[in-house]
Amino acid sequence: MPEQLAFALEVTANGLMAGVLYALVALGFVLIYKASGIFNYAQGVMALFAALTLAGIMDGQVPFSHLINAVFGTDVHHFGWNVPAFLAILLTMVVMIALAYAVQRLVFRHLVGQEPIILFMATIGLAYFLEGVGDLMWGSDIKSMDVGLPQGINMWIDETTFEALGYGFFIDNLDIVASIIAALLVIGLVMFAQYTKQGRAMRAVADDHQAALSVGVSLNFIWILVWSLAGFVALVAGIMWGTKSGVQFSLSLIALKALPVLMLGGFTSIPGAIVGGLIIGVGEKLFEFLIGAPFLGGATENWFAYMLALIFLVFRPQGLFGEKIIERV
Amino acid sequence: MKDQADGYVTADGRQIGPVVMEMKNITLRFGGVEAIKDISLDIREGEIRAIIGPNGAGKSSMLNVISGFYVPQDGEVWYKGARRAPMKPFQVAQQGIARTFQNIALFEGMSVLDNVMTGRLTHMETGLFWQSLWKGKAEREETANREVAEKIIDFLEIQAIRKTPVSRLSYGLKKRVELARALAAEPSILLLDEPMAGMNVEEKEDMSRFILDVNDEFGTTIVLIEHDMGVVMDLSDRVVVMDYGKKIGDGTPHDVRNNQDVIDAYLGVAHDD
Repeated sequence: MPEQLAFALEVTANGLMAGVLYALVALGFVLIYKASGIFNYAQGVMALFAALTLAGIMDGQVPFSHLINAVFGTDVHHFGWNVPAFLAILLTMVVMIALAYAVQRLVFRHLVGQEPIILFMATIGLAYFLEGVGDLMWGSDIKSMDVGLPQGINMWIDETTFEALGYGFFIDNLDIVASIIAALLVIGLVMFAQYTKQGRAMRAVADDHQAALSVGVSLNFIWILVWSLAGFVALVAGIMWGTKSGVQFSLSLIALKALPVLMLGGFTSIPGAIVGGLIIGVGEKLFEFLIGAPFLGGATENWFAYMLALIFLVFRPQGLFGEKIIERV
Repeated sequence: MKDQADGYVTADGRQIGPVVMEMKNITLRFGGVEAIKDISLDIREGEIRAIIGPNGAGKSSMLNVISGFYVPQDGEVWYKGARRAPMKPFQVAQQGIARTFQNIALFEGMSVLDNVMTGRLTHMETGLFWQSLWKGKAEREETANREVAEKIIDFLEIQAIRKTPVSRLSYGLKKRVELARALAAEPSILLLDEPMAGMNVEEKEDMSRFILDVNDEFGTTIVLIEHDMGVVMDLSDRVVVMDYGKKIGDGTPHDVRNNQDVIDAYLGVAHDD
């Protein structure tokens, strides 16, 4: 039995690590939703696009090479150089900011004041568009990503837990690094929002558009800023997922897992996204371990998150941390 | 006296300057409805200018034209001697025109201090990069602006609720915080949309005192919309009276009070003879 308990502990730890990645994607959703009321279905695809771009740049791939070759009859694929990870990350960030600017300028600027469902439809369009552009730019083959993050089982934890509990925990170094980076990212974002001028303006826009205008805040600028920040978060998430399981188009599907995370945590709360992500991560792993595998034939991880979200929708629609919906008569 | 281009001195000894803003033949339509019909008015530096009129007279619309929330179909806005191109509300705010709203528009989720600090946004110039590093210029700027914000908070006597989230405050206090936020911008013109609506007598007296003090202490030009005739007559230097989108009177409170059109339209007094 102690071994079972230790195993459960390990499952919990692994669930926490998986939850961090859900939380990262959910965080991107919350940023945009708070500031503009847009539910950005494309957040997952943005993570994919960022990962594709990063992998492509590092590899020295020529963007749109298939298109160029088809039109001009040339045969270019690679520049013949490799870009160091740090520089490639910076360049990818530039691409994500350009994307944020283009999205705001070409799409959402023209949809100000429209119904939420219309904004949502626009982001679905954006998701498919981005997926297509990503394919066109960098090709559709699975790429590996290595920006120098440590990988493999952490031996120290394995040995220490083996000595203490008689059972060695298998925890991936990448998961540990991912958790630390995610924590730093969240702290950074919160500090930015709390203490900087732009962060204050961002919170102002999230709170009340009219009042924000009256104190001299440009809504357009703030929207470009939050889309850029969401792009940055997407890039971090893309790096983590890409390193873990390769850069492939199924990456965009993790956005769907972020949905139940948001229903749990509330659409407007940054801590909510984090806690929601962790609960889903741990919940689905533990459920599989305790109930799913022994009694239900396994594979419960695929639907557990959605079932939990459904329960929350019934009993607490605003989520754990969301703003309470009160209607006054 | 008020015809002098360079200004004049009021009975209580305040110096009123030259015209700082002039609205020329403003017409504003919503579809087929004319909210403002060909109205001209001027605002002098340092004065308290009131706009009064019955419900639906177009007073708030006028304030929204000044603050850029509405763009009039016809007419010109002249500010500090130059014609103002049509601009967004945030650009108007950056030009030094602050405002409050009829239905309080505060940042409910933020503390009082944070709300007042948003009023300083137009005075903060450091870019995203230095702000993110939070060193040097950004830090100094924050400190300097924080001092101004604290001064305003002291001035409006809301020190006790500095850290309180705005959503927890009473209606009267919210109105005061909104005034503080507008004032924190150190505006050259302060627009107040019904600053005393829904207040009890005591709160009204407080607010009147603050408006007078602001004008006196900082020399801020104030344009205010108010329903309470008594308050308007006590506070303002000059009054514009609107009715159904038209201007029916303009002058000192005394002039306006004795204007027959105003008495008929606004006070609703029946005259049978």
